[in-house]
This record gives sequence, C-alpha cells and structure tokens, in this order.
Amino acid sequence: MNSRLINWFKFSSPASFYPLAGKMVPVFTLIAVMLIGVGLYMSFFVAPTDYKQGEGYRIIFVHVPAAWLSMFIYLVMAFWAALGLVFNTRLSGMMASSLAPTGAMFTFIALWTGAFWGKPMWGTWWVWDARLTSELILLFLYLGFIALQGAIDDSRRSDRAGALLILVGVVNIPIIHYSVKWWNTLHQGASVSVTQGSSMSSIMLWTMLIMALGFWAYAIAVALSRVRSIILERERDTTWVSELAEVRR
Amino acid sequence: MFEAYLAILKRDLILAVRRRSDVFTTLFFFVIVVSLFPLGIGPELKTLRLIAPGVVWVAALLASMLALERLFAVDYADGTLEQMLLAPQPLSVLVLGKVTAHWLITGLPLVLMAPLLGLQYDLSIEALKVLLISLLLGTPALSLIGAIGAALTLGLRGGGVLVSLLVLPLCIPVLIFGAGAVEASVSGLGEVGHLYMLGAIVLLALLLAPLATSAALRVSAE
Amino acid sequence: MLQVVDLECVRGDRRLFSELSFELLPGELLHLYGHNGSGKTTLMRAICGLIQPTAGEVLWNGESSRKLAEDFTQEVIYVGHKNGIKDDLSGIENLRISCALDGCPISEQQAWDALEEIGLRGQEDLPTQVLSQGQKRRVGLSRLLVHKARLWILDEPFTALDKAAVGFLQSVIRRHIDQGGMVILTTHQEVTLTEGQVKRLQLGWKEEGHV
Repeated sequence: MNSRLINWFKFSSPASFYPLAGKMVPVFTLIAVMLIGVGLYMSFFVAPTDYKQGEGYRIIFVHVPAAWLSMFIYLVMAFWAALGLVFNTRLSGMMASSLAPTGAMFTFIALWTGAFWGKPMWGTWWVWDARLTSELILLFLYLGFIALQGAIDDSRRSDRAGALLILVGVVNIPIIHYSVKWWNTLHQGASVSVTQGSSMSSIMLWTMLIMALGFWAYAIAVALSRVRSIILERERDTTWVSELAEVRR
Repeated sequence: MFEAYLAILKRDLILAVRRRSDVFTTLFFFVIVVSLFPLGIGPELKTLRLIAPGVVWVAALLASMLALERLFAVDYADGTLEQMLLAPQPLSVLVLGKVTAHWLITGLPLVLMAPLLGLQYDLSIEALKVLLISLLLGTPALSLIGAIGAALTLGLRGGGVLVSLLVLPLCIPVLIFGAGAVEASVSGLGEVGHLYMLGAIVLLALLLAPLATSAALRVSAE
Repeated sequence: MLQVVDLECVRGDRRLFSELSFELLPGELLHLYGHNGSGKTTLMRAICGLIQPTAGEVLWNGESSRKLAEDFTQEVIYVGHKNGIKDDLSGIENLRISCALDGCPISEQQAWDALEEIGLRGQEDLPTQVLSQGQKRRVGLSRLLVHKARLWILDEPFTALDKAAVGFLQSVIRRHIDQGGMVILTTHQEVTLTEGQVKRLQLGWKEEGHV
C-alpha cells in the first residue's frame, strides 16, 4: 500500500495519471489472467475432494476470495475518500467511484456463489447467517453509493458527497457486523456456519490466496481503465486531452 | 452557542406548530402501516405477538424516513440554510438543534403512540414498557443518522427515495437492537443488554452524525 | 481588509474565472459588473465561504478566511437571491432569529424599530407569506440595520424594491461605507456614492478580472 501511495501523490494530477494508468492496465490484466488461470486449475484439478462436502465445495475458491475482495475494496474506497476530502485531490474521488461497481460486483458474486454453495450444503438457497446478512448489507451500501453519485450532476459535489457516504459507512460497518452477529446468535434457528475451520488443507488455502490475488489484479485493471474513462469525460475541455493521440484519431 | 441551538430549536418548533399537517402525516403513516400487518397476516394473536416488535420497529423506521426529505429541503429553498452555513456558530450545533426539533416533531409522537399500537398485537404490559424505552432510545438515533442522508441528497431529483436507500442500511443496527430488546423481554432473556447497546449507538450517533451532516450540508449547498 | 488572491472557480465544466485578485479596504465598495452567468454570484459565494474555490484563497486581515472560520463569518453578512426568511414567521420573528444565529441577539423593541425604519410599519407581526415580494425583500434586508458585520456582500439587493426603498437602502450602504465598512455589490442599478469609494470589477471579460 505504501509504495503505491507515494506513486499516487506524484501522479495525483489527472493529466499525468492518465498515461500511467494506461501503461498499468495491460500489466494488471496479464497478472489477473495468469493468476486466475492458475487458481482455477488448482481449484479444479489440484485441490483434493473434500471428504465431507464432495466436489460441490470447490465453489468456495470463488466465493471466499470474492467476499474478501468485496470488503477490501470498500476499505480502499474509504481510503481514497478520506484522501480526497483531506487533500482535495480530484483523482481520489475518481478512484473511489471507479472502484464502486467492481466492489458491488464482487459482493454480488459472493452472495450468488454463497447461495449456490448453500443449496447442496444446507438444502436452502439462503440462510440468515450473520456473514451472509452482513454481505447483503454491504451490497446495499455499494448500491447506495452508486445511486447517490448517479443522482448528482456536478462532479465535484458527487465526489465529495460520495466520499462522505463511504466514510459514514466505514464507521458503521463494524457496528452492523457485530449487531448482525449478535442478532444471529440470538435466533438460533439454522445452526449452520460458513466457517470451514481447521479442516482446510494448505493447498486449499493457497488456491484461495492465488484466486484472491488474481481477483485483486482484475479489480485494479478494471478500476484503472474505468478511471481513464472518467478522466477523459471530466477533462474533455482541457488542452492535454485534445492533444492525446487516441482522441485526435 | 447554546443560544443558537435554542434559537433553531424554537424556530423549528414554532414552524411545526403553525404547519401541523407535517406532524400528522408521519404519525398517521406509522399507525396505518402497523395496522395493516394483521390484515395481511391474519388475526391470530400468537403470530401477532411474535411479530409485534419487528413490525412496530420497521414501521417506525419507515415513518422516520418519510419525514427526512423535508428536514433541510425547506430551509434550502427559502435561503435560511445559507444563513445557517454562514452563521458564526459551529454548524454541527445548529444541525443538532434542527435534528432535536425534528425528533420532537416526528419521532416523539411515534414513541408515544407505539404502546397503543402494541395493544393491538396483544403485547404484555412489560413488553410495552420495553417497546417504549427502546423506541425512546432508538428514534433519536434514526433522526441523527437520517440527517446525514437528508443532507447528502439535498436538492437532488428523487431525493426522497434516494435518502431511504442511503439511510436504511445504516439504521439496521438500531432496528436489530430495538426490536431485539422487546423480543428478548418477551422471551424472558432480559432486555438490558440490548438497551445498553442501543444507548451506545445513540451516543456515538450524537457525537459523529452532526459533524458528518454539517460536512454534507456544506458540500450540498454549494 | 479583504484580499482575494488568485481565485479560481469552476461550475460544472465551465471555468468562470481564474487568477482573480483584488483587495478591498475599509470604507470601500466593490461593484461587480458582468453579464448574466459571468460568475458574479459564484464569486460572492466563494468570498463568503459558501463555495470552495478550486484554487486561490480569500484573506481577511492577512489571514485565510477558512482558517479563521467563525471569526471571519461573524464579520460578514451575505444577502443572496433568496431572502432567507420563513414564510410562516412574522418579520419580527425572522429578524430576531437570524440575529440570534448571527450571534448578536436583539430585543423585541430593536426588531420593531429596525422593521419600522425599513418601511414595514404595520406589517411587522404579520406572517411574511402575506407580504409582497418587495416587502419580503425588506424583511430580509433588515438584518443590515442591526448587524455589526463589517463586510456586506449583497447580491442584487435592489430587486423587487420600490423607488423609496432603493433610495433608503443606498443611504444605508453609504452610511456603512462612511463608518469604515466594506461592501461588495452586484446590481443593474447605478449606486450613487462618492467617487473614490467605489471600485469596479468586470467579470466575464477576457476571462479575467480587472479592477
């Protein structure tokens, strides 16, 4: 995180960040393709079949990394939001809004794969498990952010309002998480838990890590190309944009 | 500083008294929503008793959303919000004054009406008492958190729907502990823990929400 | 003394002005000129702090107005397009509340006097929604009579006012200037003031400000 931070400060002006992002996108795309390829191979052919859950468990190699990423991206957005509010840099707000759709997508994938996993394991698509519920609320927070930014025309206002909303959400997330957990333990209806616990072999853990890193690289690649579009859109009247090769063509 | 708080509080209360319909719409909405549930679910008292805490709390949550949109919109339209932003007072104090008035106008009537509605659901006296306390603690938090959303969506198209979208997820802890307190009391688990948590949430909201709201107002009023 | 240094404001996609600098000394009036949409209102709102400029800063006696925060805002009175009064409240109530907010509470008698002075005799305790546009404007402007702020920022203060009220307001502004106050003003009317007290700033002309 730290080395990236220094880079961002140097490149915090959209004009100098735009070409840099352009160079970074293919790199991260390549990393993402390779890692996800290796990860998928490992999850299908290397990781052993679980003696209790059979083959169906393999979906956790998508589910768990997606869930990690969904939370991690929200924190990264909060980081950009705070940076933008404190230093009033334009790029921070663009970064936050370019990450939001990817974060929402991972949240959705986590929920969806969770349902696919839940059906054979628990016999139901959805249980009001503490983690699932928290994840659902996280999806609401993402959607709220996207909706708020969509409703505001002025880009400066939408950046700052969005940043405030994310920060309020970040303060709230631990409270939401613990309240949901407590609520869940009180209602001991379905006594299932998503935790794998100690039964996880190290090969499974490695596969998950590789998948998570692959997702992470994917998120960076997508967010960067999205931020490039946002930069072009917002800076379309400036001279440096009109001098770009791809714009002149 | 305290004079400014009182001035805003008094002003908004006078305005509410002169325009009473706003107060009654919220209350009426609350009463109707709570009364609709038995019609949808059936009149069996055992079921009703089970769902009563949740129904009353969700209805209170929705009713408080209803009034939020107008919290700053009117001041924004007539220019008094600009004066508040430029007043030599900490904006969060003025915001707190407005939120206090808002709670007194829209929150407190719900709290007082709730036990009456609880009777429709055959709640015991003990449970009604807990319901009253939990709403008394929880509705200020709803107003405080809601103010952030109202400030963020100020002057936007479709702000009313948007504000619910933003605020409702943030209010989930209040709902969980509020309704949970009543349920815990009904099932004999003891409601004290929930009420403490509710109190903690209110304190936290009291501390942070006015700051976030004033920051949001400055952004929105540009 | 008010100094504006290299101010730049952007609304939407449009840069309204940039590298705008000027200073205003006690006893001076700054008259802003410019066609519609040239950024007069934006400049005024940026000076009083309602808008965060994209670049540059506003200095009050050499210190940044943002840092001074409340020490700056109590020196400033801003009258915008909106009157800033509540329709359901009477003139008296409106005036007293806005004064309480501004940190200089006034007695009921002072409020009556101020409203009478601005020509609302007999209408002081009516809800302002029954008043005419011009009368509402007067209620909004009555703050100027009781306030001790040194910098007045008036955005089109003469709109909707009749001839007598315009004359009265001009005399109030003149009195404020003579007492060492500062005024920033936009209007399509000519203000009769002593030459030498008035500075002019043309906006939307060559995209840069000139004094």
